[in-house]
This record gives sequence, C-alpha cells and structure tokens, in this order.
Amino acid sequence: MKYIRDIGSYFLMLKKVFGGFTKGSVLRELIFKEIDDLVISSLGIVAFISFFVGGVITIQTALNLTNPLIPKSLIAFATRQSIILEFAPTFMSIIMAGKVGSFITSSIGSMRVTEQIDALEVMGINPLNYLVFPKIVAMMFYPLVIALAMFLGIVGGYVAGVYGGFTNSTDFGIGLRDTFEPFHLIYAFLKTFVFAFIIATVPSWQGYYMKGGALEVGKASTNSFVWTSVLIILANYIITQLLLS
Amino acid sequence: MIKVENVKKRFGQEEILKGITTTFERGKTNLIIGQSGSGKSVMLKCLLGLFQPEEGRIYYEEQAIQDMNDDQQRELRENIGMLFQGGALFDSMTIEENVMFPLRMFTKQSKEEMLTRVNDVLARVNLQNENKKYPAEISGGMQKRVSIARAIVNRPKFLFCDEPNSGLDPKTATVIDNLIQEITHEFNITTVVVTHDMNSVMEIGEQINFLKNGLLVWKGTNDEIFRTDNKDVTDFVYSSDLFKKIREVQLGI
Ligand SMILES: Nc1ncnc2c1ncn2[C@@H]1O[C@H](COP(=O)(O)OP(=O)(O)OP(=O)(O)O)[C@@H](O)[C@H]1O
Ligand SMILES: [Mg+2]
Repeated sequence: MKYIRDIGSYFLMLKKVFGGFTKGSVLRELIFKEIDDLVISSLGIVAFISFFVGGVITIQTALNLTNPLIPKSLIAFATRQSIILEFAPTFMSIIMAGKVGSFITSSIGSMRVTEQIDALEVMGINPLNYLVFPKIVAMMFYPLVIALAMFLGIVGGYVAGVYGGFTNSTDFGIGLRDTFEPFHLIYAFLKTFVFAFIIATVPSWQGYYMKGGALEVGKASTNSFVWTSVLIILANYIITQLLLS
Repeated sequence: MIKVENVKKRFGQEEILKGITTTFERGKTNLIIGQSGSGKSVMLKCLLGLFQPEEGRIYYEEQAIQDMNDDQQRELRENIGMLFQGGALFDSMTIEENVMFPLRMFTKQSKEEMLTRVNDVLARVNLQNENKKYPAEISGGMQKRVSIARAIVNRPKFLFCDEPNSGLDPKTATVIDNLIQEITHEFNITTVVVTHDMNSVMEIGEQINFLKNGLLVWKGTNDEIFRTDNKDVTDFVYSSDLFKKIREVQLGI
C-alpha cells in the first residue's frame, strides 16, 4: 500500500516539475549551477575509477585466457564489451547514485526542514520547477560523463594490458575494432539517459517530501541511495531485455 | 487590510480552527497570540494560502483568495512578505543574493537598481557590511534581520511574521519588534505577527487576536489586554511570574 502511494507521489511530483515555470533568466543560471555541481564536479572521481577499473578488467580477462588457441586480441575485445555495455553506464551510475544522489537529497531535504521551500512557495514560486527541473536538464549532460568513463576505461585497459605485459598494442588495437556493433553504443547511451533521469528525480523526490529535522535528512539520503540504485538495476534489466534480446 | 470570515480548518477528524472571524488592519501590527497548539500557525498558513480552509473566506483588500485564479494568486504572492520562524534564508546564496532574490524574480530592474534597493533595506535593518557573507556565517539575530530585509525589499503590501523573536535575546527581540512596527507604519502595510511573547504584545500589540482551541476568544489593544477580565486572557497574560507580580502590586494584594 505504502509503495503504491510512493509511486503515485513520485509521478505527481514529476507533473508539477514541468509546470509553473520559473523566470527564464533565473532558470538558466540555476541550470549552469547544477551542471557544475552535478556533472563537472563528478568528472574527477569518474576518471579515477574508470581508468583503474578498466585496467583491472583487462588484467582479469588476460589471466583467464590462458588457452593458446584463443587469440590475444580477445583481451581487448572483452574489455571493450564489458566497459561499454555494463561497467561505464550501469556501475558508474550506481556510484553516481551515491555521490550525486545523496547530494541532491540532502540539499533539498535541508531546504525542506529549514522552511526554505515554504519560503519559495509563499513568494509564488513553484519550488519543484525551481529545484528539480534544472537538475533534470543538467543531468542530460551526464552521458558525456559516461562517454569519458568508457574512453578512460579502455585507456586504463590498454595501459595495464600493454605495460603490464599481458598483450601488445597491435593485438589490443585489433581486439578493440573486432566486430564492433554500433547498436551497442546506442543501447549504452539510451540506458544512460534513463539512469540520468532516475538520478536527478528520485533523490529530489526523497528530499522534497521528507519530514523532520537534520537526522531525518541523513536517513533520507540513505533511503535515496537505496531507491535510486534499485531502480537503476531494474531499469537496466528491463532495457537490456527489450533492446538486446 | 485582510478580512477573515468564519474560517474553519480541520485535519482528519480534528477541527483546528473552529470558525474565525476577524480583520487585520492596514498600517497596524496585528498580533495573533495564544497558547502552543491553539492554531496560530495554522491560521497564518491559511492566510498565506498554504492551507485551504474547508469553510469561510479570506479577503485581501476586496477580493477573496478563494475567487482568485492562478495569475491573481501569483500577483498577490508578489505583494506578500513573510518572515519565517527560522529565517528560511537560502543557504546557497549570499546575504546580498538572498535579499535581491524577490527583485530578480518579480521585477525587471537593472542590476544597479536592484543593488541600490538591496543596500537600502540592508541599511534599514542595520546590516551594512555583510553583503558577501553566507547565512551560515552570521548570527541568528542577524539572519532574522536579513530575513526581514528580504521580506520587505519588494515593498510588500502584506507582511507576515511567525514568531519573529523566538530564540533571540530580549534586546535583539525588541530591536526586531520595533523594526517590524516601524516598517508597518512607514509603508502603511498590513502586518500580521504570530507570537506568544508578552514583551512583543506590550511593544507592538496594536491589534491583538487571542486564540484558544481554534476560537477567537478576545480581541483588543495592548492597553486593553492588561485591563480585561476575560479569564482566558488573564490566565495567559499572567502565567509568567513577572506579570503576576506586577498584577499583584497593581491590585494592592
Ligand atoms: N499539517 C498538519 N497536519 C495535521 N495537524 C496539524 C498540522 N499542522 C498543525 N496541526 C495541528 O493543529 C494544531 C494547532 O497547531 P499550530 O501549529 O497552529 O499551533 P500554534 O498555535 O502555532 O502553536 P505553537 O505556539 O506551538 O507554534 C496542533 O494540534 C497541531 O497538531
Ligand atoms: Mg506555531
């Protein structure tokens, strides 16, 4: 019963987000600020994680391909596939659900408990449009983050593979280009957009409708991470089932 | 002027406001007082349109909010200034940006015009050199003053304050009270202040509405409140030892 009500309140929120628009010049500024807070500020950690995880994926693959009949180029092929299909879009998004999501929930939640949201409302501003809409727009740039994660993951794989002596750059190059399916990229970015929407809206919803004080803001952030990551995993399953099978 | 006619508000089974009729006059500080839980904040939220009463009507000047369309409501809101209990300053913005916010939202003024206006009101509340600080970097009393500045920057016709001096020392509280009253007189606006502070009642109680259990049981001025025989009011007023003592001395007991 509670879940049905939650789902209802989430969609009702979405409806309000796209109505009662804030003054354009103010909205534009808010969007730039959110791009900075949500997207740009995530680049560092994304770059770091992707590079090293890409390296680890390559090493693991190489260590498991001991059969001399299997060509060495398969290492790069497998690295590319796992990074583009799952690691960059899905796992990076779960990490972002933790980083960006809890930031969103705690910032909106603390505005709620300190009456800042009431203040917006009293002034005749639609708080949902003012707070959530810029986040959704900013998160539409999130696929660029994932593109970076794909690129650096593969670079990390190359560095670990070639300089670690698991393969050489010719084999790696052959593997990278081997049976490249452009649709896989479409699939990966399509789901990234869906995840971006989830990361922008679910934590906003958690923060907006919370009640209580500072302690509850902390609880809401934790809840928000659970909801967001569960939804990402479910959406991933559904999209994969629909597009790839 | 705000006219309230037979306003009733219930939450579930419980009727919180049981039919309130009163008038908040322009150019005066109108107080709503009463014990904790008597429905003061609910009343304020009904006035602000944050709660919809089940029955009754609320007129701003001549028009009832219930009859206003969305645009009219938005226009009304632009003419409302609200001082929240905790200040409710936007903590991602500097003091200057906070005060400028209503101007940016609702006027087409140039940056310079806005800045002049902001500095004027900040001077009005005695905060000259704090423009670039963030709310977290100033004291609670200063935050309240910034919040007043933000509430009046766009020259509202109606000013609402929810417990403007809770959590402040007596001296700062008096400063804030006086500021609210000065502004009310100077700009001839309709001000409604929710409070349970007897000092405020004495200082600025030009029109006092006393609520008890969701009913308006007494109405009068700060002169009258110390003379009335209304049992509910005297119980409330003389619940503090200080006032009880003064009363006893007055009556010669
Ligand atoms: N959103 C709400 N939902 C349900 N009940 C509410 C709500 N807001 C207030 N109430 C109830 O209405 C009653 C009056 O509350 P209100 O906040 O108006 O009191 P108050 O006079 O402002 O008290 P205080 O001086 O403590 O602020 C209380 O019993 C409260 O529980
Ligand atoms: Mg109250």
